[in-house]
Amino acid sequence: MATLDFSFYTWANISNYLLSGLYFSVALTIAATVGGIALGTIIALMRLSNIKPLEYIATWYVNVFRSVPLVMVILWFFLLVPSGFYDLFPGGSGQKYRAEICALITFVVFEAAFFSEIVRAGIQSLPRGQTNAGQALGMTYAQNMRYIILPQAIRNMLPVFLTQTIVLFQDTSLVYAIGAYDILKGFEIMGNTFGRRIETYLLAAVVYFIISFFLSMLVKKLNQKIRIVR
Amino acid sequence: MIEMKSVSKWYGTTQVLNDCSVKINKGEVVVVCGPSGSGKSTLIKTINALEPIQKGEIWIDGVAVHDKATDLPKLRSRVGMVFQHFELFPHLSVTDNLIIAQVKVLGRRRDEAKKRGLQMLERVGLIDHQHKFPGQLSGGQQQRVAIARALSMDPIIMLFDEPTSALDPEMVGEVLDVMVGLASEGMTMMVVTHEMGFARKVSNRVIFMDVGGRILEDTTKDEFFGKIEDRQPRTREFLNKILQY
Repeated sequence: MATLDFSFYTWANISNYLLSGLYFSVALTIAATVGGIALGTIIALMRLSNIKPLEYIATWYVNVFRSVPLVMVILWFFLLVPSGFYDLFPGGSGQKYRAEICALITFVVFEAAFFSEIVRAGIQSLPRGQTNAGQALGMTYAQNMRYIILPQAIRNMLPVFLTQTIVLFQDTSLVYAIGAYDILKGFEIMGNTFGRRIETYLLAAVVYFIISFFLSMLVKKLNQKIRIVR
Repeated sequence: MIEMKSVSKWYGTTQVLNDCSVKINKGEVVVVCGPSGSGKSTLIKTINALEPIQKGEIWIDGVAVHDKATDLPKLRSRVGMVFQHFELFPHLSVTDNLIIAQVKVLGRRRDEAKKRGLQMLERVGLIDHQHKFPGQLSGGQQQRVAIARALSMDPIIMLFDEPTSALDPEMVGEVLDVMVGLASEGMTMMVVTHEMGFARKVSNRVIFMDVGGRILEDTTKDEFFGKIEDRQPRTREFLNKILQY
């Protein structure tokens, strides 16, 4: 069995190979969480609305994306969206960051299906009387959602959102399928360059573990803190 | 001020309101009582269209509630409502509970809304609790804040849907005191309650509803609490039950 050798982990190599990948993975996680919650909230509201067509669209959206593997969605988008789409981005950046743009869009679209179910559960967990109270004070549907229902729903669901974000962070490694430069890709290239693939994959695991574990701790803390006293 | 004409409502095939007609004049206090399942709460919620009706007409101050074209949010902002379970907004402080609808719905300036809200909080005797959150208050206190919140909107009428039924017995009095005060100042009120003491003290009229959503009696207070032999058999039965202990 070969002995492990970590001597090539110098700061110069780390900043050369890993930092941009780490940056992309974190950025993708944050953007997909924010975008996913925003789009997911809209889908949740559609699903809870009394307007049948909207309800159907939202239900199908959720069912479809929850029933296909993420890596397939990434590949579809990458292979099926015509190259002209990337020309829409200014200064040729679209073509240059094709994989990254593709990753960002697919993650937002995919995660929205999951986040929408969390938002929906959050809204439905509130007593019906809260909606009535807002209405009785003269609030419109939008005002009621904006000031009364969603703040409570999202606050109650914050720990669940974060848990989903942890899963999301780990899932970002799937962008390897289209060659986007994330943490894993950085380690992979480094491993190939120095002929030390076992060591690099080991360290990649450590990085994923540290970040995910830190987030889990945060969820635990939040769970104790966030509960609104009723 | 309020007029309901032959209002009927169904949940699916179950009729919950059956040809209900009620008229409430300005300054009147009307108590609605009856056994559970008689549609009292549904009746009061149809007035500000929290519950839609399938038949009949409801008019508030000349505005047709039953008309699809009516701007319901605007109408509701003029009708105060107090709920059985208070329904304060738990994520907002007491002050913000009082302010939010004044600012967002009536378009009042924040300082103006705060002034009005605190006046009302003072009047329900809870000015010292303005910075607290609803969860830090007792049930009776929460209900008084809920009344203050409704009053801050300067409503033309107040609807109370079983305001004391979720309260511990020793807190019922403090809420009823506030309501008695309101009544004596001439506020138009419709109150769904089993508090017969309150009805006897301040109401002008008592409406008795029976299972199936029918209004069995609509009489003056003096008649209602007068000779019990003059009441309908169902009303007698009900009164005997709730006044027994």
